[in-house]
Amino acid sequence: MKAYFFELVDFALGQLTGTEVLLLKFDGEASDFVRFNHGRVRQPLSVTQNHLALTLIQDQRQQCVTFSLTGNKATDCELLIQQLGVMRYQLPNLPIDPYLLYATDNCDSDQVRRGVLPTIDQAIGDIVDQAGRLDLVGILSSGPIYRGFANSLGQRNWHEVDAFLFDWSIYQVADKAIKMSYSGTHWDRSQLRSRIESARTQLPYLEKAAVSIGPGEYPAYLSAAAVNELLGLLNWSGFSAKEQHTQQSVLQALVNKERTLSPHITLRENTQLGLAPVFDSVGFVKPDRITLIDAGQHASSLISPRTAKEYGLQANGANESETTQSLELLPGMLDSANLLEQLDEGIYVSNLHYLNFSDRTACRMTGLTRFATFWVEQGEIVAPLNVMRFDDSLYRMLSSHLMGLTRETEWLLSSDTYGQRSVRSSRVPGALLSKLRLTL
Amino acid sequence: MTFEIDTILPRFRRLIPAVDECSLRIVAETAEFTAVRQDVAMPLMRVIDHGAMISIRDADGLGYAATSDLSDAGLRAALDRARDWARLSKQRSVLSDAIVKLPIAKGRYRSSTTKSFNWHMGDRIDVLMKESQACKIDARIVDWQASLTTQHIRSALMTADSLASGDYVLQETDITIPALHVTAYEGGVTQTRSWGGRDNGFCQQGGYDVLERAVFIGSGQLAAQEALQLLAAPNCPRGKFDLLLMPDQLMLQIHESIGHPLELDRILGDERNYAGTSFVTLDMFGSYQYGSPLLNVTYDPTQATELATFAYDDEGMQAQRQYIIQNGILLQPLGGMQSNRRAQQMGYVFDAVATSRACAWNRPPIDRMSNLNIEPGTATLAEMIASIEDGLLMKTNASWSIDDSRNKFQFGCEWGQRIRNGKLAEIVRNPNYRGISKTFWHSLVMVGNASTFEVMGTPYCGKGEPNQAIWVGHASPACKFTGIDVFGAER
Repeated sequence: MKAYFFELVDFALGQLTGTEVLLLKFDGEASDFVRFNHGRVRQPLSVTQNHLALTLIQDQRQQCVTFSLTGNKATDCELLIQQLGVMRYQLPNLPIDPYLLYATDNCDSDQVRRGVLPTIDQAIGDIVDQAGRLDLVGILSSGPIYRGFANSLGQRNWHEVDAFLFDWSIYQVADKAIKMSYSGTHWDRSQLRSRIESARTQLPYLEKAAVSIGPGEYPAYLSAAAVNELLGLLNWSGFSAKEQHTQQSVLQALVNKERTLSPHITLRENTQLGLAPVFDSVGFVKPDRITLIDAGQHASSLISPRTAKEYGLQANGANESETTQSLELLPGMLDSANLLEQLDEGIYVSNLHYLNFSDRTACRMTGLTRFATFWVEQGEIVAPLNVMRFDDSLYRMLSSHLMGLTRETEWLLSSDTYGQRSVRSSRVPGALLSKLRLTL
Repeated sequence: MTFEIDTILPRFRRLIPAVDECSLRIVAETAEFTAVRQDVAMPLMRVIDHGAMISIRDADGLGYAATSDLSDAGLRAALDRARDWARLSKQRSVLSDAIVKLPIAKGRYRSSTTKSFNWHMGDRIDVLMKESQACKIDARIVDWQASLTTQHIRSALMTADSLASGDYVLQETDITIPALHVTAYEGGVTQTRSWGGRDNGFCQQGGYDVLERAVFIGSGQLAAQEALQLLAAPNCPRGKFDLLLMPDQLMLQIHESIGHPLELDRILGDERNYAGTSFVTLDMFGSYQYGSPLLNVTYDPTQATELATFAYDDEGMQAQRQYIIQNGILLQPLGGMQSNRRAQQMGYVFDAVATSRACAWNRPPIDRMSNLNIEPGTATLAEMIASIEDGLLMKTNASWSIDDSRNKFQFGCEWGQRIRNGKLAEIVRNPNYRGISKTFWHSLVMVGNASTFEVMGTPYCGKGEPNQAIWVGHASPACKFTGIDVFGAER
């Protein structure tokens, strides 16, 4: 696919005239998806999709068109000429864009991570066989993911990764389940077996009759997956320089130094840890790390090229929406092996669900427990807990009420497949809270 | 890029393999996005996306393959892949004996757009620029943006059987999504006011006529004025109140606490790993009192301007208006033919609803809610307000959250207003309310008449694995609820 993209790049650049500048972005994948329910196959499918985005720039004006490629060079070149023609016709009539900014440093990169992915026989056979009579539901996504960039100034970037993610849960009864995932670049049937076996051994915890508790404040342990949900919500404007400059960030009070988080909280965008490419859509190369929150204090923001130009800042490789792609919360000192003892009495939250803000100024979030959440007494699991709603401020949860973070962290690959398979990931620890406010 | 149906038909007919069922769905979509932020035009964006989804069923084996290569070679490769999947899933499919024969689909649909968008991009920018320039009415206005998204979606569905009789389904949909929001800030307080919802709201089928129905011209200044009013308003009070919800909030209430729990694939467990399950079980249909007798909910693909109006779903089933809840009694799940057949196998017999849809060429159809509406009642807005001694009016959704069984919900709105002694009183900011689906709809005590009825929608209904975000419509009158748990922000 890399060769094909650069063939199209060469063809496109040959069509340019005068002072035209062209940016070309490539997004592609050849994915197998197998959806499961009740341990059997629901919908198996393959998707081959490749999209080329052209941004034509002249006289400080720009326009962008994205179109699907057929894979047939003659057809795709014809499409490309057609779209260049449309943009050329419209461009002189568009207003000048004062915030236009693109890379001119020509930083090339070429990153290819080869893997051993499951064949379609394995994709179905391995999972159905291992599931046996378990009520397993979920999806396997597998195949190569491609990202490319080039411009008429001579820059060339390519990113290709073979990856799979099997994201699943095993249900015991009603809404009580063990949620797990298995991701990587090399499919290993024995790894799959041991993970499903691990889930199977946890199922008895869900057999007991579920208990309900009333609204109030309870000590709580949030697993890495639950912490990841909290941090993921911060991507809704939290780290964005544009939102911070217009007083709309949910972390505005932190940015304005009116509030702080716990000194245990150091959060960074760590490009080195993830699957995401090192270049952005206009050719800027991302730094290895950007510290967003340092020991509880605001440190820096995610700055897209457009925001950089508008507010006189230095772009740092952030995407247009200024969201994290490879988020890392540094670990703490808590030992995961005796978490229940440290929790003593309270709730053990394996997953959170459907988070949103109930008060953006206070960074107050609401959401629900999901899958396996337990009531704990004297350091022992008593019973599964029925779904509870929390509604609490990050300035309490990860500040005054944070007792500590675990030493161990989990790398969590996003299961997001809206439009295309995501390459977003995070590495986070679990968190022990002295209080979590439950409201319903 | 589009497709020539006359050339695809014979080519596909030649390629169809010897299997029990084979279908081809082709989609060509063009979307154009124009925005003006703080009086500066954002880069114009156009997306041209096209491709085909092949589906094959052989016995209980099912397989899909999607490709953007519509040549003979491309279609053949996709057919081979789908056939491989069907072979491998045989005897391992959740469908087991619940297989369904697709109808011989034939028909046409086209959005009833009265004023098409054939404007030059510059004209679109001009309209948005005028609204943008009207927003900065005060130094406390810190951000504002007006945008316009238009989509043209052309799709064809043909099955091996329908092709034998020379028939197919061809549908063309025009969608227009105008949006505008204004943010005001002062002394540590930020308030945003949008036109019908920051990401949802006044999106309908049609062209420029959508902007007219949404009264988009003039929205900039009004939204800015209202953002400043919110900035000066007190925090929403806490307590149990009568609550008057306007259509641009009710659309999300319908969506989350009626639409999703009634999707049959959720009830059958397909979504449990991602979007969730449902508190509704198969035995409830036909007898369960979902809400007060005033609650009448229809699946209505006949509302001409509503976002998910169409003639056929993506399994080829003809769409028609059906009551889902009538006089508060739950009648029907939202399930297409395939899910309906699975429920039948379990001993539950319903009519299928033509609402099995795919968001794009590269995803298979799943159960959606499409157009799901509350039918108008008899009360005027003035009568509803007059009936409230101490309560609140809330409008325009700003926050939404609900559990995975679609029961415990919490919503926030942009705009709140106290009602005292039957009259609208002061504006309040950060209004929120929460409840439980099972009991909330029983607190419905008044339903507005047709004069309060508005057609809203969202282009971002997300579910499915792999994920699918699709457009759905929700039309509703204003409705009054009693004894609702209301609260505001921390300050």
